[in-house]
Amino acid sequence: MKGYNFAYLDEQTKRMIRRAILKAVAIPGHQIPFGAREMPLPYGWGTGGIQVTAAILGADDVLKVIDQGADDTTNAVSIRRFFAATAGVRTTTRTAEASVIQTRHRIPETPLTEAQILVYQVPQPEPLYRLEPSRSETTQMHALADYGAMHVKLYEDIARWGQVAISYDYPVMVAGRYLTSPSPIPAFDNPKLHRMPALQLFGAGREKRIYAIPPYTDVRSLDFDDHPFAPPHARGACALCGATDAYLDEVVIDDRGRRMFVCSDTDHCATRRDAGHLGAEGVAP
Amino acid sequence: MTVDTLLSARGLRLSFGAIPALAGVDVDLWPGEILAVVGESGSGKTTLLNVLCGRLAPDGGAVWYRDPSGRLADVHAMPAPTLRQLHRSDWGFVRQDPRESLRMGVSAGGNVGERLMAAGARHYGQIRATATEWLMRVEIDPARIDDLPRSFSGGMLQRLQIARTLATHPRLVFMDEPTGGLDVSVQARLLDLIRGLVRDLGIASVLVTHDLAVARLLAQRIAVMQRGLVVETGLTDQVLDDPRHPYTQLLVSSVLQA
Repeated sequence: MKGYNFAYLDEQTKRMIRRAILKAVAIPGHQIPFGAREMPLPYGWGTGGIQVTAAILGADDVLKVIDQGADDTTNAVSIRRFFAATAGVRTTTRTAEASVIQTRHRIPETPLTEAQILVYQVPQPEPLYRLEPSRSETTQMHALADYGAMHVKLYEDIARWGQVAISYDYPVMVAGRYLTSPSPIPAFDNPKLHRMPALQLFGAGREKRIYAIPPYTDVRSLDFDDHPFAPPHARGACALCGATDAYLDEVVIDDRGRRMFVCSDTDHCATRRDAGHLGAEGVAP
Repeated sequence: MTVDTLLSARGLRLSFGAIPALAGVDVDLWPGEILAVVGESGSGKTTLLNVLCGRLAPDGGAVWYRDPSGRLADVHAMPAPTLRQLHRSDWGFVRQDPRESLRMGVSAGGNVGERLMAAGARHYGQIRATATEWLMRVEIDPARIDDLPRSFSGGMLQRLQIARTLATHPRLVFMDEPTGGLDVSVQARLLDLIRGLVRDLGIASVLVTHDLAVARLLAQRIAVMQRGLVVETGLTDQVLDDPRHPYTQLLVSSVLQA
C-alpha cells in the first residue's frame, strides 16, 4: 500500500520493539517495558499484539488472527485486513498454514510447531495487579520472587468455594522463576502453554509491556499439592462437530432456555467437519 | 558481643534533619531473651527498632545478626532478597496497629497461612491445620477461621497478628507497643498470652513500650532511652527497683502505684 511503510510501523519503532522482544525471550516471563505507539485502533482491541505482529512480520509470512478462537469476529477480521493492506502478506484461517498467529484470549486447538509464532493481545500484563495496586511494589515482588500473596488468593478461593475460582487469566510460573499472566485465555488452555514448540510473544499496548515464553519452556499453573490445577471442562459436546476435548462456548439459542455447545476454535471445528466428524446438529460442509 | 549473641548493634546513629533520633546506641540480645526498650515519646525507641530490623538504614554504626548456622551477618549490608527472606521466616514484626500488618480483606486463616506460603508451604490441608492450631493457641475460636479480620475486635486482631507472626516459628520477634491501644483487661490477657508463647517457643524479642508494667512483666532486661541515647540498661527488676540515672528515676516515680 502506498504511503505506508511495510506493516504500518516505521523501521525505528520496529527495531525498538524487536529489542524488547529479544530481552523478553532472554528472560522468560519477565515484563519488558517498551515505547508503545498510538495505533489506528482503540486500546483494548489489541494495540499491543498488533505492534508485536508488525515488528516480527516478514513478506513471506502467512498471518492468522483469532478473537476468542474465531476467525470471523470484528476484531479478527479488521486486524487481518489491516495487515493484508499495509504489509501485503498472505492471510489464512487455517492454523496449520499460518506462520504468525495473533490471538485474543485463546490458544488454537491444533498443536503449534517450531515454525510458528503465537502473538497474544494482553490487556493487563501484571498478574499481581488485583492484589497489589502499586507498580513499584509489584516490581519488587517480582525481583525478590515474593509470590506468597498470590497463593493467599488461591487459599481464599479454596476456603470459600472449595476450589480455585479463577476460570481465565490463571496465573502461571514461567521457567520456575517469574509469575506471569497468560493473558485472559481460559484456564482450559493453560496446559498448552507448557513446553509449547512455538515461540509465544505477549504484547500489552496500553500498559506498554512485552513478555515472552520461548519454545519448550516449563510453564506451571499455580496450585496446591492437595488441590492440583484442574481446569474446568464443559459438560457437553460440540453440536456441530461433536468434539468433547475442545474448549466449548455455551450458546443460548431461543427464549425457552435451550442451549448448545459449539467449539470456540472455528478452524478446529471446520477441519473436523471436513474430516467427517458431525455433531447432533452438524451438517457436512 | 559473645559467641552466642543473637543480635548486636554498635554505635547506631541516625538523624532526621537536625533531630538526632539515635545518637550512638549499643544493643545486645541473646537467644530466648526479651529486651524491653522504654522511654518517653520521641526518645528514639521505634527508630531503634526499625534500624535493628533493617527497615531503616542508620547514618553510622552496624547491626549484626547471627543466622541459624552460626554466622554473623551485617543486617544493613545484606542483599535485599536475603533480608526479605529473614523477615519472612527467621524474624517477625508485631505492630501496635494490627491493621498495618494484617490483610484486612483476607480471612483469618489466609492471614496466618500467608507467611507459611511465603516460606514455601504448598499443601492446603497442612496450611489450614497449622492455621487452626495457631488460632487456638492465641485463643481465637477456630470456627472463625474463614471470617474476615474486620469482624474481629481490637484484642482479637492483635492476637491474630501474633498468630500470623509466630506461625513460621521465628527466632527473633520485634514488637512495637503490642498492647498499646487496648483496654486494660484485654492488655492483661494479651500480656499473659505473649509471655506464655515466648517462653514455650524460646523466642528472643526486642520489645518497645512506654509502659513500664509491660516491661516488668515480659522482659528480662531493659534499656531506658532518652533523646536518642540509652541512658541506663540492666536487669529489669534491678533497673526498675533501683534506678540510677535521674531520668530513669523520674520515669519510675511517675508511674502510679496501684
